[in-house]
Amino acid sequence: MNTIKIIIADDEAPARNRLRDLLGDIAHVDIVAEAHNGKEAVDLAMQHAADLLLLDIRMPVMDGIEAAQHLQKLDPKPNIIFTTAYDTYAIRAFDLSAIDYLLKPIRLERLKTAINKVHALKPAQIKALQPLQNIRSHLSIHERGRIILLPIDEIIYFRAEQKYTTVRTIEREYLLEESLTQLETEFSERLLRLHRNCLVAKQFIRGFEKRSMVNEQDQSETQWVALLKGIPETIAISRRQQHLIKEI
Amino acid sequence: MRKNSRLPNLRNVGILLRILLIANILAMLNALLLSTNVTQFLTQFTELSAAVEPILILSLVCLFAVNPILAQLQYWQGILLIILIEIALTAAGFTIFNQYFSPDVGTSVSRACLLTTIVTGIVLFYFNLQQRAYSPAIAEARLQALQARIRPHFLFNSINAVLSLIRSQPKRAETALEDMADLFRVLMADNRDLVPLAQEIALCRQYLSIEKLRLEERLIVNWQIEQMPPDALIPPLILQPLLENAVYHGIEPLAEGGEINIHIFSKKHELAIIISNPYLRDKANHQGNKMALRNIKERLLLHYDLEASLQTKVTDNRYEVQIRLPSQ
Repeated sequence: MNTIKIIIADDEAPARNRLRDLLGDIAHVDIVAEAHNGKEAVDLAMQHAADLLLLDIRMPVMDGIEAAQHLQKLDPKPNIIFTTAYDTYAIRAFDLSAIDYLLKPIRLERLKTAINKVHALKPAQIKALQPLQNIRSHLSIHERGRIILLPIDEIIYFRAEQKYTTVRTIEREYLLEESLTQLETEFSERLLRLHRNCLVAKQFIRGFEKRSMVNEQDQSETQWVALLKGIPETIAISRRQQHLIKEI
Repeated sequence: MRKNSRLPNLRNVGILLRILLIANILAMLNALLLSTNVTQFLTQFTELSAAVEPILILSLVCLFAVNPILAQLQYWQGILLIILIEIALTAAGFTIFNQYFSPDVGTSVSRACLLTTIVTGIVLFYFNLQQRAYSPAIAEARLQALQARIRPHFLFNSINAVLSLIRSQPKRAETALEDMADLFRVLMADNRDLVPLAQEIALCRQYLSIEKLRLEERLIVNWQIEQMPPDALIPPLILQPLLENAVYHGIEPLAEGGEINIHIFSKKHELAIIISNPYLRDKANHQGNKMALRNIKERLLLHYDLEASLQTKVTDNRYEVQIRLPSQ
């Protein structure tokens, strides 16, 4: 029998210790890494090609539910068992769609059974996780077989290209397979639509400036642009969105 | 809190304010009935006020003074005494008023006395109803129901933490279980009577040491309680649920943890408790928080009426809860 490579993710050291103790009593399992939050769990799962993640639901930086969703982009998908001390709302959802979970304090027999019958999340189960999801703390970018986790508060703007959406941070650009409308609804608190094809993070707007531009008909015209913090690029503001300048 | 008398405590600011309010509303209603337009209403109300307010203030002073006597009387005797005082004051007041100011207003002394009796009756009836709604039996039942409930999240996580210690550090596991036992003994006790502040503080320290077990160096607590009167009496479990909130909403969502500040001091006849914790705008999920706050607010109301207050505010990324109580 192959050894199952396991990653434990919990922000509380005693909870991790307890799981380590219990897993020590189970044959054919190997703890390859321990994570303090969901983001670490996703990174470590990639590094170690883990078979199974034990994810606590309530964790700082990134919670277990969000981590599970990012992990779906890995190939092969790791198996996931959620752990929680108390969360009526999540537990009801898990029960309804047969998602594996363990209640803390965890019993050895329960853990054994769960590990033996665990399977990757099915599409219907992933869908069932959606309502439990708060606003994401990170975006996962699929790049050359890896997942890059991009913290939401580092994103300066999203721009819609033909097929993809470009995401800009201070360092570089990434490609994302999500629509602007989707992003706008999820992060409405943080983003402003300055142009039909562009969502800009409010916290990165340095100011506005009127510039004269040459348009398609070779005529010069003035247009408002947004100046951004950290990068020299500017974002043109469409005529229809110019009222936003006054509102800020 | 007085338990024996069915008459209101006439030395309580909240009660006195209510009397002022009711009397003035009735005066306003009266002016409204006697007038056909706004100007007339204002004139009516001003005239009425000029006569009513001095008597009202004088009444409150008299009632404040006779409160200890009232407490020793039967309910009906108390009512009678209050009505007699009011009639006497009105009679005296209106006699003087009519003599010096406007004898042509035409309000006869006997009519004024009748109106006063009616108003007094209405006020007393209101307090009777209010007393019934908050009657000791009901108030106690409500206090019992309002007893702070510990978050199940905390219970199960703590048991899990203690379990993790049993193999490696049995001594620490023992202490932790003892702390938990103490905490739950208080939580399950009859918590209707006031307790010394020092006792509540001790309980909070035990609670925080259990949380420290789970959160380790992420949880930092600053106590600023040198100016605190340790013998001051407070309702039990006012502080602990607030700390539980601070840990759940302020510390747990932070990977690197944060500080909880506890500042308790007394000023004149008031005890102030100020608790603050880091506030995360993005992750603000204050549903559970509101429940605990509402619970504490209601218990303060039952114990002190309007003389205690609980306020919350957000300042530079910190969330702060302020409680003020009369210190006894």
